[in-house]
Parts: sequence; C-alpha cells; structure tokens
Amino acid sequence: MKVAAKTANEAMAEAMRQINPDVVAAYPITPSTEIVQLFSQFVADGLVDTEFVPVESEHSAASACTGAAAAGARVMTATASQGLALMNEVLFVTAGLRLPMVICEIARTLSAPINIHCDHSDTMDQRDTGWMQFYAEDSQEAYDLVIQAMKISEEAFLPAMVSADAFILSHSLQRIDMLEDREVQTFLGEHKTPFNLLDTDHPITVGPLDLQDYYFEHKRSEAQAMKDADKVIKKVFRDFGKKFGRNYKLIEEYKMKDAKRAIVLMGSTAGTAKEVVDTLRADGEKVGLVKIFAFRPWPTEEINKALKDVECLGVMDRAEGMSGFGAPLFTEVRSSLFDEKKKPDTYGYVYGLGGRDITPEDIRKVFDDLKMVKRGKKLQRNSYLGVRE
Amino acid sequence: MAKKKEGWKELPIGAIIVEPGSSRKFKTGDWREGKKPVVDKDKCTNCLFCWIYCPDSAIIVKDGEMKGFNLDYCKGCGICASQCPVNAIEMVDEEEK
Repeated sequence: MKVAAKTANEAMAEAMRQINPDVVAAYPITPSTEIVQLFSQFVADGLVDTEFVPVESEHSAASACTGAAAAGARVMTATASQGLALMNEVLFVTAGLRLPMVICEIARTLSAPINIHCDHSDTMDQRDTGWMQFYAEDSQEAYDLVIQAMKISEEAFLPAMVSADAFILSHSLQRIDMLEDREVQTFLGEHKTPFNLLDTDHPITVGPLDLQDYYFEHKRSEAQAMKDADKVIKKVFRDFGKKFGRNYKLIEEYKMKDAKRAIVLMGSTAGTAKEVVDTLRADGEKVGLVKIFAFRPWPTEEINKALKDVECLGVMDRAEGMSGFGAPLFTEVRSSLFDEKKKPDTYGYVYGLGGRDITPEDIRKVFDDLKMVKRGKKLQRNSYLGVRE
Repeated sequence: MAKKKEGWKELPIGAIIVEPGSSRKFKTGDWREGKKPVVDKDKCTNCLFCWIYCPDSAIIVKDGEMKGFNLDYCKGCGICASQCPVNAIEMVDEEEK
C-alpha cells in the first residue's frame, strides 16, 4: 500500500494506469481533461500497453471504445458534461450490446447557460442508458470505484461510469491509499469474453437489425442484467474489502441507527453533510445520512431498509431534472419508498447547481426544516437550497 | 409450421448473432409488393447483366446460364428488367405465371 496525494483526476488516471486497459479512446473536456492528459503521458512513457486513440469527439471516443470492447478488449475512457452528453447515442449501444467498459466521469453541469462547474445534470441525463453509475465522495472512492467498476462491468456485462464532482474533487488534492500495480492486475484477472469479433473460429455478428419480433426480448434481458447487477456489485465490493480493507456497499449509512431525521444525497456533499450530522449528534439530535454509491442499478432494498424508521427525510439533488414535480434522486427515493407501510415524510431539495457552494449551514437548514415538519409546520414538497429569491 | 421463437432467456446476450450466414434464413422476398420478374428465355442471351445488377443476389445462374429468380429473396425492385439489354425480363403481377 502506497500513500499518495492525488486529485480525483489524478487518482482516476492512476487507476487507469494500473488497470492497463487494451484500448483508451478519449477526447479532452474540462474538468476531466487532466485524466486523459495524464493517461496519454503514461502511454508516451511506456508505462501501459494501451492502444491510445486520440479521437475527434466524445461521440467517436465512445464509438471507438464500444467497437474495441466488441473485439474483446478491456476499454476505458474519461469525460464530463457536454462530452458525456455527446456520447449519449453511443452509450445506449454499449449497454445494448452488453459490452463492458468504464468511463471516468467528472460531474459538471450542462449548457445553457454555459458553466464548467459541478452538478449532476450530466450523469442524471444518462440514467436511462443502461450504464451502471457510481458516485464518489472523495479521491479515494474515485480511485477504488474505478478499479471495482472495471471488474463489475466485466462480470455483469454492462458498462459503468464512475462519477466524481467537478473541481471539488477533480482538482482538490487529497490523501489516498493506492494499491500496488500487481494487486490491481490480480484483482481484475484476465479479461475474458464469451464472444468477440476477433475470434475467427467463432464468427459473430454484432449490432444486427433487430425488429418487432426480437428487440423486446433483448431489452428484457438487458433490464434483467441491470436488476441482477447488484449481486455482482456486492460480490466485487466484498472481494475488494476482504483483500484491501476498504469496504463499499450500494449505499453508505452514516449514523443512521436510531435516526429520526435523515438526508439522502450523492457525491462530495456527503463530506460536508457528515460534519453537520456529527455536530447535531453532539447536541443529542437523532440525525443521519444516507450516501448513495450505486445510483444504477437503483438500490431499492438497501434504501428502504435504511430509511424505514426515519420520520422526516430530505433528499438532496444536485440536478434539477426539469420534471416539474421533483428532481431525479427525490423521485427515485420517494417512488422506492411508496410501497412501504412505514415510510418517512420525504422532501426534495435542489442544491449546488452550476457549482454553487453548499455549506454546512445549508445542510443544517434542511435538518431544521425537517424538525419543523415534525412540529406541524407545512413545508413545500420540493424547494431550492441556496438560490437567491 | 413456423418455428417457435425463443424467449428472452434463451437468446444470446447483446443481440449478437452467433451463427454465421444466418441472414439466409431471413426470406426478404416477402417484402415484394405486387410485381415479380419473369424471364423470356427465347430472348435471353445470358449476358448476366441481371446477375450483376441484382441487389439481392436473387438471380439463379448455373454453368454460365441465367436460370430464373430466387423469389425467396427477390424484393421486386425491377432493376433486372430495367437493365436487361434485350428486354427479356418483364415485371408482372404477382398472381400471373
């Protein structure tokens, strides 16, 4: 184990180096440019065996990676925001063809208006593509999740993106524990595919026309793969924990035992929220936090179990969703809880759009709001945190 | 009788086709609408223009001789009739012989 100071960009690039993928096709975009830049340096320095394809757009990056994955290669790329949006069309293809692949994603907002800072609109926009989605709280998690996502992806035959918050994580130096190169290689093992385009003894056709009589069946099996992916994730998380001592779950429950008020969120804000939970706990308040590691597949069972004794819940979304009735995480959590007999009174908060800072005071306000609800105050079901009126 | 189609659990993942040449089984001749080609072998010179131009490889040729049409794959586009230099191919109503 090696201790190092790494930004999330650097940590993810290091994870890519240690994974040593067969093919990386990438196009730079702020704030994930550094991942691609560092990785191309590893290629130039001969530290990896990767075929690096500097393509002309993110659509091409996703396409080249998807093609290489179909040829049996272990593939990765990195992107953010508009780049991820440009990949959208191809992301459905990767997932529909059931090809393993990992994107190191930096969560940055989408235009318009143009803005390069953090929120989750880019990944939320891709939530129906059939890609697994993991969210990191810090550099360590970004590093660990990328390595684990590669294995999960190859075992579940579904692509995965690991998301780290723009600038807050991508450009902030943090202490991380790195694995040895050979530990990563041993953990991942050899990449084996049941079929691939280069296996001329067993020729296959990839991406044929699939009309009214078969398309539905293929989508049905893809849906099942996503549903069953939680078992693969749990297994890989368990193996990783056993080998390296860092334990991951679909969700992290922070001081949730006996918590009556709680917050659900994803990504770097969890760090700030934990601090607030600690402060309130010190004052004897029964508050807790649920941080979601795996947004896709959605961890219904874990979420419902964690929240069953909570009375009032705040779901914090770093994306608007523009549905007119609640942001993506809020609607997901609320729908998840809907069939439970006992469930918390749940409120949605949109925060931090376009990189707006989220402070401990903001999070404290959510807990205070939830307390007032219990005392009978009527609260808006969905509201905004930190926006000027 | 048509073969029972596979359920979703029985199909290879990712909609890949694991059997080479399986497109032969897809009889695209049923896309034909109304007209089919017929050849007058008295006029035909076996120049094989029809064989070269047919986009569906539906011209049957044996020992250098044009032998007719494989209607399992002929989509009735009429390119053969249009290209035939001696007007030996005619597009006729499907019901006719």
